[in-house]
Amino acid sequence: MRLDEKYLNGLMIAGLLALPLWAVMADQPFTITLVTRAVILALAAVGLNIVLGIGGMVSFGHAVFFGIGGYAMGILAFHAQTYTALELGLFTTDGTKFMPVIWLVAMITSGLVAFFIGLLSLRTSGVYFIMITLAFGQMFFYFAISWAQYGGEDGLSIYVRNDFPGLNTLIPIQFYAICFTLLCVVLFLFARLQASPFGLALNAARQAGTRVETVGLNPMRLKLLAFVISGAITGLAGALFADLNRFVSPTMFSWQLSGELIVLIIIGGVGRLMGPVIGACVFVALEHFLGELTDFWHVYLGVILLCIVLFGRGGLIGLLTGKEGAHV
Amino acid sequence: MSSILIIEQILNGLQFGVMLFLMAAGLTLIFGVMGLINLAHGSLYMIGAFAAAAVAGVTGSFLLALIAALAAAALAGAIVEMVVIRRLYSAPHLDQVLATFALILIFSEGTRWLFGSFPLFLDIPDALSGPVTLPGGIEYPFYRLTLIGIGLAVAVGLWALIERTRLGIQIRAGENDREMIAALGVDISKLYTLVFALGAALAGLAGALVGAIQSVQVGMGEPVLILAFVVIVIGGIGSVRGALIGALLVGLTDTLGGVFLPELFKLFMENGAAQKTGSALASMGIYVLMGLVLIWRPTGLFGARA
Repeated sequence: MRLDEKYLNGLMIAGLLALPLWAVMADQPFTITLVTRAVILALAAVGLNIVLGIGGMVSFGHAVFFGIGGYAMGILAFHAQTYTALELGLFTTDGTKFMPVIWLVAMITSGLVAFFIGLLSLRTSGVYFIMITLAFGQMFFYFAISWAQYGGEDGLSIYVRNDFPGLNTLIPIQFYAICFTLLCVVLFLFARLQASPFGLALNAARQAGTRVETVGLNPMRLKLLAFVISGAITGLAGALFADLNRFVSPTMFSWQLSGELIVLIIIGGVGRLMGPVIGACVFVALEHFLGELTDFWHVYLGVILLCIVLFGRGGLIGLLTGKEGAHV
Repeated sequence: MSSILIIEQILNGLQFGVMLFLMAAGLTLIFGVMGLINLAHGSLYMIGAFAAAAVAGVTGSFLLALIAALAAAALAGAIVEMVVIRRLYSAPHLDQVLATFALILIFSEGTRWLFGSFPLFLDIPDALSGPVTLPGGIEYPFYRLTLIGIGLAVAVGLWALIERTRLGIQIRAGENDREMIAALGVDISKLYTLVFALGAALAGLAGALVGAIQSVQVGMGEPVLILAFVVIVIGGIGSVRGALIGALLVGLTDTLGGVFLPELFKLFMENGAAQKTGSALASMGIYVLMGLVLIWRPTGLFGARA
């Protein structure tokens, strides 16, 4: 069966709308939580897809931004729930439980960090880039472990989910609606970005950096901007993920998470609009169903992943649409 | 702080460094010769440790355990190379990263399946346990001193292998121009399997040797793997000499930082907080070192190509 990619994308969105609605009617709140988890992971991976899919940079440290988003939420909400002041040098705040502000802070901080990490690591390429981003991830991981003020190794628990005006975020479907809307917005932006002059130039920089340079564009600047946008989106996802679990811990910075984000994209299809979304849904489904069958579900994930890398070019989307695009 | 403590810590740093070298040498050889980035190298380290612990548990002999570690890791390496890795040599780095990430998942969970989640223990042999007195009256564990000796012996052995033997000539030629040496009649796929098994054996040896100091458990390979990456990035990917220098630098920075930074912070902080901040910054120290090296030389200290 060969599907048109647009058709497949529409089907995916419809599924993400229908499944939670069914879960509400069937009174299956856990299913909603699972789908929410998939949507948030997809959001993080869409961020990574800008760098990996369009820009061709294999960042093995995107958990940094995911973790920063998580800690931005954790720290702001922690100060709000304990009524303690958060000293920020120039000014003091009481923290906040207001989601839009948390998102903004998460995106700005992770974007800033992405700027500095990008500035350093984009000096290198190939294997060096993979390893240096991995090392930055570990650096943040160890920093979070030792940050005793915010729970250190044990992490931070936030007792009540943060607020969004007009919604009760503690009801699973309402929180899902927020995450789903954000995913749609970001997907729309991704599609626009991919088709924009910037996206085309970035794509060209991946395929032929020297040519891009010869026509007067600066590949380094293109890649850095992409890295910052990507970091900010993954940071937003991190804030939502922390809100979903009402818990932040150093594992959000772990290198396994960076690896899993790449895996999501590969399962779905590199550089494809809905690649990360399909990948995240498949991943969460595997995690849930295989996890119920056996404690050793990672073995099966490993085998599946190996088969996709060795035999399945273009991920699931490539398989379903018959357009087997090459990997990056 | 006494000079004895400082010398002890330097020895600890050296011991850590040479063990990292065993890991990093294999990684860097595999990258240099085959152009492959192998995340599953940490799993081979783990396999070595588990094989050693299992054999030592049955026979009680440490020497047999070491031989088992070398054999098991080399065998696992050779099999993995022939079944999976071989298909990845011409693949993009992303594919290599993912496939070897998948191998980590399979090896880690497979080992958990076989041995369970509880750590195993590998005892230091009687002949090597206990302290020795070094000149200057320093008492230092004999086993750790042996590790330094083994590590340096392996370094010399590797140098001799690469610079002085026929296999070494083929390895160096393989780094420079693989088509040419294939055309000259060297069986390149056999050479690749051999180099991969050699790297795996070194990782397995490191796993078994370190396993006697720490516990042998699933997931023990990955932290070491990442440190070994830092080592070869600092040293220059593909350079065995760079791996040795990088490993010693990382080993010393990590160990000495872990001891001296908390002391430094105690000068202006209360004890508990100083301990925490100091050891946190110390664990970040090697990454800072790597960052500095890369700013100075983007391809590492001895690296020629990206």
